[in-house]
Amino acid sequence: MGSYFVRMGDGFLDRMTAEEIRADIEAGTQDAAEKAKIKPLSQAEIDYLLEICTTPAKFIGVERGNEIVLTTDGVVVTPEEEPSSGVPVSRSVGVQIWERIVCADTSELGHSDYSYKAVKALVSSEQQVMHDILLNTVVPVFYGAMPNLGLYTQPDGPVPNPAELLPQGKIKEARECQEQAMEYAIKDMVYVAERLYEAGADAINFDTTGAAGDADFLATLRATEILKQKFPELCIMIGMAGETLLGMHGELYYQGVCLAGLPPHGQAKVVQSAGGTIFGPAINTKTNRSMPWNLARALTYTRACVEAVDIPVHANVGMGVGGVPMQEIPAPDAVSRVSKAMAEIGKIDGL
Amino acid sequence: MGDPFGMAVTHALASGMGGIRTAGDLVARMQMSRGMKIDAAKKYVADRLGVSVIDLANEDVMTEVRREHDLGLVYALPGYARGIEAKLHIARLLDIEINCVKRMRT
Repeated sequence: MGSYFVRMGDGFLDRMTAEEIRADIEAGTQDAAEKAKIKPLSQAEIDYLLEICTTPAKFIGVERGNEIVLTTDGVVVTPEEEPSSGVPVSRSVGVQIWERIVCADTSELGHSDYSYKAVKALVSSEQQVMHDILLNTVVPVFYGAMPNLGLYTQPDGPVPNPAELLPQGKIKEARECQEQAMEYAIKDMVYVAERLYEAGADAINFDTTGAAGDADFLATLRATEILKQKFPELCIMIGMAGETLLGMHGELYYQGVCLAGLPPHGQAKVVQSAGGTIFGPAINTKTNRSMPWNLARALTYTRACVEAVDIPVHANVGMGVGGVPMQEIPAPDAVSRVSKAMAEIGKIDGL
Repeated sequence: MGDPFGMAVTHALASGMGGIRTAGDLVARMQMSRGMKIDAAKKYVADRLGVSVIDLANEDVMTEVRREHDLGLVYALPGYARGIEAKLHIARLLDIEINCVKRMRT
């Protein structure tokens, strides 16, 4: 019986038979369907995903006409003096490389701290860089950063730390601290987004939303509401940190919807209600399961998001999310399969 | 898309529209300005440009279309619009507001 090269969730290159791959695909989609109470992939979709996973070519792509739009997060955030890629170029040059060498559909500017709180103090220089970029580029340029509620708690911020209060049984106090941190975060997100919009930015990216739980997500939804009231034409993309929203507070609601434990398609609905323009689900990759299992699971979750809302859905497919293996440099054989499957089975609007 | 190192280029080639090589930036702008889903955004841009949806990602056709409407090119050819000047033409052709163009006008 023949076998095929298959990546594991941690990126390890293994071999599996077609029967083993099909079994993993079926198990992956069932896992998502049961957890989120959504429909699994159909038999035809499972067959097509099996074909994608067993194609001998290392690199594959979508069929002509199935191309989708690519947005980004954190592409051009490293300063000239500290480039994490080791290439000493300024961020404004980075965006131009992104536009004319990579030929990406959109680009993004961000700061290396990549948090709205950190950007607040140097927003004027961020405005200058954005302005400079916009004069010289054609593709839409986002400004991106994280809500990062954790930065508002001690020792990094002014609010007592809920992670220290909770083990002491101080649940009420821990909740109050998160509510206080939310107010600070909302002000910072609105302030920075307004300033970058004034500088001409095409869109704002609230990235890795919900990383600090339901309060982090609610702060983002409220900031979005405020910004859309002020600037109805402003494009706001909200990308998530993980698949199920952590209930670090546990009693936060948005328009009657409890945020703690909200699955991706539920997150998409509240993002749309808040006025978000693009939603980015982030489905976690399990490193001890195969890529076919993870990809089938991610597709099931993501397609439910697409069906739940009218706004465009751009799935997060970086390292460790969306079926991409959890490794620093994911292999193109795995990434290209995720790309094709997301476009053609997930029916998403972009990545 | 997700964190970039080592894989963003893969996505751009595997499923991306092609950016300014084709009509990727134009379709993106319709999603961003009108909240259009991918099929509606492609159809809108194709209708405005007078090309088929398939040709939106066809470099051969789109290079000519971008030259004809002066929408910005991969190569900075003399006599053709670059940067914000190209976005002025894009805003007019797609009948949308582009933030930096609007601010330049005012």
